[in-house]
Amino acid sequence: MANQIAQAIAAGILGGGVYALMAAGLTLIFGVLDIINVAQGIFVVLGAYLSYVLSVHLHIDLFVGLLITVPAMFIIGIVIYWLFIRPLRGAERTSMTLLACFAVALIIEGILYREFGSNYVSLKAWYTTSSVHLFGFYLPVIYLLGFGLAVVAIGLIYLMLYRTKFGRAVRATMQNQTAARLVGIDVNRVAALTFGVGTAVTAIGGMVFGAISGGFTPNSGYDLISRLLAIVILAGMGSIGGALAAAVFMTTAEAVVDIWQPTWSVAVFYLAMVIILTVRPQGIFGRAGVRAQ
Amino acid sequence: MRSLSHRARFMALGATVALGAALVAACSSSNGSSSANKSPIVIGTSLSLTGDFSADGQAFKRGYELWASDVNAKGGLLGRKVKLEILNDNSSPTQVDTNYTDLITVKHVDLTFGPFSSLLTAPAAQVAHRYGYAFVEGAGGSGLVFSEKLPNVFDVALPVVNSLDPFINWMKSLPASQRPATAAYPSADDPFASPQVAKTQATLESLGIKTVYSKVFPEEVPDYLPNANLVASKKPDMVVLGSTDVPTVSSFMHAFQQQHFNPKIFIATAGPDQGGAFVSAVGAGNANGMMVPNAWFPGFQKASSMKMVNEYVQKYGGSASDVNADVAEAYSVGEVVAQAVDHNKSLSNSKIISYLHSGVTLDSVEGPVMFNALGENVKAIAFVFQWQNGQYVQVLPTNAQGSKSIVVPKPNWSG
Repeated sequence: MANQIAQAIAAGILGGGVYALMAAGLTLIFGVLDIINVAQGIFVVLGAYLSYVLSVHLHIDLFVGLLITVPAMFIIGIVIYWLFIRPLRGAERTSMTLLACFAVALIIEGILYREFGSNYVSLKAWYTTSSVHLFGFYLPVIYLLGFGLAVVAIGLIYLMLYRTKFGRAVRATMQNQTAARLVGIDVNRVAALTFGVGTAVTAIGGMVFGAISGGFTPNSGYDLISRLLAIVILAGMGSIGGALAAAVFMTTAEAVVDIWQPTWSVAVFYLAMVIILTVRPQGIFGRAGVRAQ
Repeated sequence: MRSLSHRARFMALGATVALGAALVAACSSSNGSSSANKSPIVIGTSLSLTGDFSADGQAFKRGYELWASDVNAKGGLLGRKVKLEILNDNSSPTQVDTNYTDLITVKHVDLTFGPFSSLLTAPAAQVAHRYGYAFVEGAGGSGLVFSEKLPNVFDVALPVVNSLDPFINWMKSLPASQRPATAAYPSADDPFASPQVAKTQATLESLGIKTVYSKVFPEEVPDYLPNANLVASKKPDMVVLGSTDVPTVSSFMHAFQQQHFNPKIFIATAGPDQGGAFVSAVGAGNANGMMVPNAWFPGFQKASSMKMVNEYVQKYGGSASDVNADVAEAYSVGEVVAQAVDHNKSLSNSKIISYLHSGVTLDSVEGPVMFNALGENVKAIAFVFQWQNGQYVQVLPTNAQGSKSIVVPKPNWSG
């Protein structure tokens, strides 16, 4: 039993890295723009399909392909922001952006259905089915790589936010958009670039998701979005590092509960989330704390 | 007194008008076979063209369209062309309810065909029953559908709970020394998957095969690794996986490969039957030895079935192996309804229901069809198929025509 629990914890931690990759963009976009991007699930799937195209049609390795898909998703993110988000103004902006993001999700899903149909596709490489023997367990290589990527990507976002001039502008925008404008920050530009960065990070999450999922369709994003939202809410919306911690907590809790009762695994996580939010409504890391860092 | 009399006359007049309107409506909906009426017969259906079941929904759409095309090429039904009215339910049990209500009460379709999956068929059948429509379907074979005992429901496919019968019978036929000693039964929480796995487990336990793992996991889990790892850690001789799609079985296979675990027998309730989509997801080498129950396959040696497969390839491209059982199930729905309409010389739904309950044996591309009181096809044929060196071959029942030798133990992973 102890061995099973240890293996479940290992699987949970590694799986958490994958979810953190998918949730990082969601929490970054919320932190800066106050937008609950319900299109994040379809962004993940779009990232997976871009990797699929490069892998199957151009025979480019999934990780090498990120050199193309990440910039591509960055541009897609900026275009979506300028077309659908930026024009929204006024008191109803938050609710309108929710609808706009939903519309974006439906448009992307429709395009993917048109281009790829409804059959399942999957990402394959030697490392998607192989494993390494570490600490007495066989650990899947793709999960290890995914976790490593999550740590690196989140570290880079952290450096960008806290060690660059652009990061200062982003944090200033997060704290108070009006004050940021008064000190000469081009808030629209910052917002567009942040939306682009958030979408670009999702390209990485999409690739790893496509490699571990066993198959995906244009519809696969819907199963993800509720879990991704739960992760960023638990973390404290806007907290990048918190997303990793919350994702690891979610997948580890589920994996451990799976040992006894798999049908309860998802419910147990959400129950834990409700209890934590009752005590800390701002999430584990808290939005105010995130913005003040 | 005078006012009462006036009121009574008014009510009588109102009742007469209402009765007349009802008769006109009834005639227009149930007696659409008037020879003078040469407008097309409209058949309404709701399919999962998007959403979780979209791959199956799209296949069903092709099956229905192929049948309609064939019927129209022969002059239609009762001398009238057939026209399909297909709505998308996005794989939602709520939307499917709305769609059939719309098809019947707004679009006034003449007949209805079923949607995909038991989850959607159950609520859809209730709507059809409410309005007196016969509801012939091809993908609602679970107890969830039949538990309501609706008289209008007829499933042309194999009842779900019997799907693994050939596998169970094969196990029974083996000497005890050749049976697997241990088995694992992971299953998705789904009315299609879990009943057949539960029946298999109960029967095989009675044969002395020890259960080392038996858990039901949520249907929509994006990551199956923890569940698959738990199964692998038990190292069972045999895995009976209650899966509903390619990703579920593919994820378990990948996880088993990563854990260096290869069961001697691995059968999944769905996924390996998806032809090219399955092989593409798991790799041709890994597919080798995987088994799946089904009632039909593209190589089924029946003239009408082979004709349908050829027509499918001509119309949609690809190869015969790309034609999955969904297409045949949908096509069979059309065939069964057509035989009932032809026999009755009427589109009357009540007459169709009576005829299908009469114990008559009908023909379909999947084989004979005869319905019991619940609407289950008691003559449906059950097979088990196995991937052998890139070929999807029939292996069970062992004495059935066309069955090849089963490969046991399953070859090692090599994808």
